[in-house]
This record gives sequence, C-alpha cells and structure tokens, in this order.
Amino acid sequence: MSASREPLIRVRGLANRFGQHSVHENLDLDLYPGEILGVVGGSGTGKSVLLRSIVGLLRPSAGRIEVFGEDLPQLPARDRSRVERRFGVLFQRGALFTSLTLQENVALPLIEHAGLPRADAEALARVKLALAGLPGEVAILYPAELSGGMIKRAALARALALDPEVLFLDEPTAGLDPIGAAAFDRLILTLRDALGLSVFLVTHDLDTLYAACDRVAVLSRRRVRVADRLDIVAATDDEWIHDYFHGPRGRAAYRAAHPEESP
Amino acid sequence: MKEPGYIDQHGNHLTIVGDWTLPYYAALRLELDRRPRHETTATTIDLTKLRALDTAGAALLMELVGARWLAEIDERAPELPTTRRALLRTLGEAMIDNPPPSARPGRPLWDTLARTGQHVEGIWQQQYQLLGFIGQVLATLAVTAWWPRRWRLTSMVAQLHQTGLNALPIVALLTFLVGAVVAFLGATVLRDFGTTIYTVNLVAFAFLREFGVLLAAILLAGRTASAFTAQLGAMKVNEELDAVRTLGLDPIELLVLPRVLAMMLSLPILTFVGMLSGILGGALVCLQALDISLIQFLAILQRDIPLNHFLVGLAKAPLFAFLIAVIGCLEGFKVSGSAQSVGEHTTSSVVQSIFVVILLDAVAALFFMEMGW
Ligand SMILES: Nc1ncnc2c1ncn2[C@@H]1O[C@H](COP(=O)(O)OP(=O)(O)O)[C@@H](O)[C@H]1O
Ligand SMILES: [Mg+2]
Repeated sequence: MSASREPLIRVRGLANRFGQHSVHENLDLDLYPGEILGVVGGSGTGKSVLLRSIVGLLRPSAGRIEVFGEDLPQLPARDRSRVERRFGVLFQRGALFTSLTLQENVALPLIEHAGLPRADAEALARVKLALAGLPGEVAILYPAELSGGMIKRAALARALALDPEVLFLDEPTAGLDPIGAAAFDRLILTLRDALGLSVFLVTHDLDTLYAACDRVAVLSRRRVRVADRLDIVAATDDEWIHDYFHGPRGRAAYRAAHPEESP
Repeated sequence: MKEPGYIDQHGNHLTIVGDWTLPYYAALRLELDRRPRHETTATTIDLTKLRALDTAGAALLMELVGARWLAEIDERAPELPTTRRALLRTLGEAMIDNPPPSARPGRPLWDTLARTGQHVEGIWQQQYQLLGFIGQVLATLAVTAWWPRRWRLTSMVAQLHQTGLNALPIVALLTFLVGAVVAFLGATVLRDFGTTIYTVNLVAFAFLREFGVLLAAILLAGRTASAFTAQLGAMKVNEELDAVRTLGLDPIELLVLPRVLAMMLSLPILTFVGMLSGILGGALVCLQALDISLIQFLAILQRDIPLNHFLVGLAKAPLFAFLIAVIGCLEGFKVSGSAQSVGEHTTSSVVQSIFVVILLDAVAALFFMEMGW
C-alpha cells in the first residue's frame, strides 16, 4: 500500500561486525511512513543489533542509514539529538531507570525535552502508563518492584512519552500474558491509525505478526532475506521461513487470524 | 500547517479547535486551569474542528470532559473518524476507575526525626549484620577447609591477579613517595638537633610498623572493596545471586571465600612491597639530601631495627584484609535492585573499610606499645 512512497528509514549495504564475527553484511531495509514492519529471525541473527544501529547506538562497520532523509551517523550531535527525539525505543530488557519510579521514568523526557512542569509531566506519565495497561497505583513503584511483563508495559509508556513518529519495539510481547499481548497488538494498531506512527517491531510472536504487521522482514544469513506482505513472505521458498510459518505454532497463529478458513 | 489548539465557548457549547499536541501542552494547560470545573453533561462538545491530536493532547481533552465521556465517544461523537474515536476510547477506557496513587502528605519535622532515627538504627544494624556475616564466612571457611574439592582455586587465582598483582605498581609508587616525604620531614626536624642520622630509623620504624600496612590497606579499601561491592551488587540487581542460590550453590562459598582469601594473601604481599619501597624512597632522600650512602643506610638498619617491628607490621595485614573483603562483599549483598543503591553501597563499603582499618590500627598501636613489642 505504501510501497510507492518515500521510505522514512532507508538502510543500504549495512554491515555490522564484532571483531571477526560478522552479524550483518550488505543488508538493505526500508521502513515506510505509517506502516508496522515486523522483523523476525532466529535468535542471534542480529535483530537487536539492527535496531541499535538504526537508532544510532551502534556505529555500523559499513553502509548508509538514512533517517527522515538524513544520514544519522554523519550528523552533528545537536541535529542528531533533534532526530532522536522523534524516535521512541522499547529495549528488549526494558532498560527502565532503576533509581526512578515508573511515573518519573516516563516523565523524564517530558520534563527534559517538552519542558513540562513536573506535576504536569507526572500526570501525563500516568495517562501513558494507563494506556500501556498499568493501573494508577503502580505508577509510584520502582522497576525492581515489578514483574517482567509490567516492565515491558512501562517501557512502552516511556517510548511513547514524546509522542514519537517512529516507534522501535524489541520483542515487546515477550513476557506478557496472551491477553496482555493481544491488548498490546490492539494498542499499537490504534496508535498507528490515530497518530500515523511508523513501527519497527522485532518479535517472535506469530500472533502479533498476523494481527498487527503490514509487512514482515525476515533476517537470515546476515541479510534481510525478504521484506513484504505476510502472505508473500510465508510463501517464500526458504527452509527457515517455511519452518517458521508452517510449523505447528505458525499454523495455529494463521488459523487464529483467519477463522473463516478453518475446517 | 500548525495551529495552536484552544477552546471556543458559546454558552454551554464547547468547540475544541486546532492542534492538541505536545508542543502546545503548556498553553492548553493554562487554558484548562482558567476554566471552572463544569458539568460536562450539561454542555455539548464539538470535536469536529479538532485537527492534530496526540496522546498528550488526548490526555488534556480527558481532563476537560472526563474519562467516562471519552469511553463513550462512539455514541457522543459518532461524526469523528474511526481512528480518532479509537484512540480517545482506548484512553478513556484505560483511565476510568484509575485514580492517581495516593500521595503521602509531607510532614517535614516528623520525617526528619524519622530519618534520624532510621539512620541511628541503621548504624547499629550495620555492625550487627557485619558480625553475623563474619561468622557466616568463618563457618563456611571452616567447613570447606576440609573439602579440597570445594576450594575455588581458579576463582581465587583470578581474584589474586586483580586485587594483588594489578595493585602492585600503585602501592609501590605511593609508598615510595610517602617514604620520601617522611625522610624529608625527619631530615628537616632532626637537623636542628644535629641528629639527621636518625632519619634512617624514623623511616624504617614508620614503614615497618605502620605505614607499609596502612597505606596498602587503605589503597585496597578504595580499590578492591569498592570493586567487590560493585561486582556483587550488579549481580544482585541482575538476579544472579538468586540464580546461584537456586542452583543449590552457596554464594558465600562461591563468591565471598575466594575474594576474602585472595585479599588475605595479597595484602601481606603488598604490605611487604610497600615497606620495601617506602624505605627505598627514604633511602634515596637520605642519599641526596643527607649524604648517607646506601651501604651506611643498610648498616644502620641492620644494627638498630630488630625483626619484631617487621613482624608487628605484617601481622596486621591479614586481619585488615579480611575485614576489607568482608565489608566489600557484605555491602554488595545489601544492594537492592537499583543503580542508585549500587552507588550508595559502594560508597558505604569504602568509607567503612577505611574507617575500620584506621580504627583497628590505632587500637593495635596501643596494644603493641603496652606489650612492649
Ligand atoms: N556488543 C556485542 N559484542 C559482540 N557481539 C555482539 C554484541 N552484540 C551482539 N553481538 C552478537 O551479534 C549477534 C546478534 O545479536 P542480537 O542482535 O542481540 O540477536 P537477536 O536477533 O536475538 O536480537 C549475536 O551473535 C551476538 O553474539
Ligand atoms: Mg534481541
């Protein structure tokens, strides 16, 4: 649907190497405005590394990464900070600030970047926490007092703090109960539809892929093997992709997403 | 096209106009605060002139109309686009029956008193825990000593490398400099009495009995106690200590004993090195400033300084080492899941171990003096 438009993020010829160990070679990927791109791949194929290099936490060994039409690694620090403010990132392990309460975690970017007074920022932070599915009374708890799933939700609330244009989510539904994961999928869709977000969604959750993603990119053998609509990706002739989408879990998720075709 | 958001009111009819987004939050907030809190049921609200809307703007809107109104937006404002209604409805549903956390009322005087009390009790608790932990470590040591298969040799050697070998250069350099300073002081003061030759005795006495062990111990307290606390504290935050326990392993045996034993081996060695290089520093000053040759220096050492000074100094090293290591490890175990807590306990472990070292050294000096050793 959006293939004709200019991509928001354009990755070309990306290579990431750690010493002798090469994670990406000559990787190309596009993220279009307003789309939810699912990124899948076996454990250790470099999904998190790809996310980190796009948001500028990792300097790539080679290649270009254009974000909003600008080459992020080449920008001076001030401009980079301006671009990075348009990102919201949910890290794989939450990465909440352990010395701050949940509402302070979410309020921090609002105070620092949006210049809100503290009371307003914390009130708004509680709204975002509620949106992510956390009740008001946990807003004053510290991250150490939370369960893994609650940490994920709080991290989503922080990623949403500045109403970013691009949301990077690293395995957001891992550690959530199935009901929470389904609510999460709906929330992402609602936000995308209402705010026009673009979402870079690393996930292993097949239900999320079927429920929320417009396109799916498969990482395998150091490159993006294919990035397209789900049905096209699922039909790709590749052993790993076949096992992934047509294994028992893949079939179950397909049936859940297409109830009318069930026997 | 940006257009700051505002509220247009005609009687009971509110029209929401413009962009309700984060950049205009402050202005919109002011506008909301200016309005009397009115009954939304009695008014009609028109959202069709609303342009850009993000979650910050939606939160403000919710303050204006209430969460319940937003949750029922499908009936209240069916003319809005589906996507916008979905956002407002989601927000309303999330915030219904979601009261803010009850803030504790601040009572400054009371809180100050309570904190003081907590602090005092904390000091007592700290000593109590330290004694308990020392007992635990000694008990574990006594048990594992009979089981050579449970000795963590590899881990101990690694710790020995870090706490002992890696600290050698800095200990040697520091004691060398202090040795030179002590010799200068001695030379200056003793010159008035014409007895500069006793500078040799001063340097040797000071370093064999006190400075060698004290300087090495203080350095290790700063360098290694903090490292132990930070290592174990980070492991605690990361639930690694819990993992050790659930694997049926004893964290004291696995993590504390190798550190304590490595420390008890390194500090005497470092003390010895500290004594030597302190005396060397003194000897160089004697050579330069007082024309006492190295041979003369050594002869005076041999004649005037009995072995027991060296033994007195060295005997304190294992005790200091034990306490520094135990304090460092205990503070690490006390860390609770935040980065700030790691910092607090690291500070506390350095302060405590330096304090304990100096206090014990003073007590020991008195004791040895009374005993005439
Ligand atoms: N900082 C690092 N140093 C060395 N190797 C790394 C580093 N970060 C990631 N790797 C390697 O990169 C590969 C991809 O990691 P990652 O992106 O975390 O995988 P995943 O796809 O499961 O998220 C792994 O083989 C990992 O060992
Ligand atoms: Mg990962």
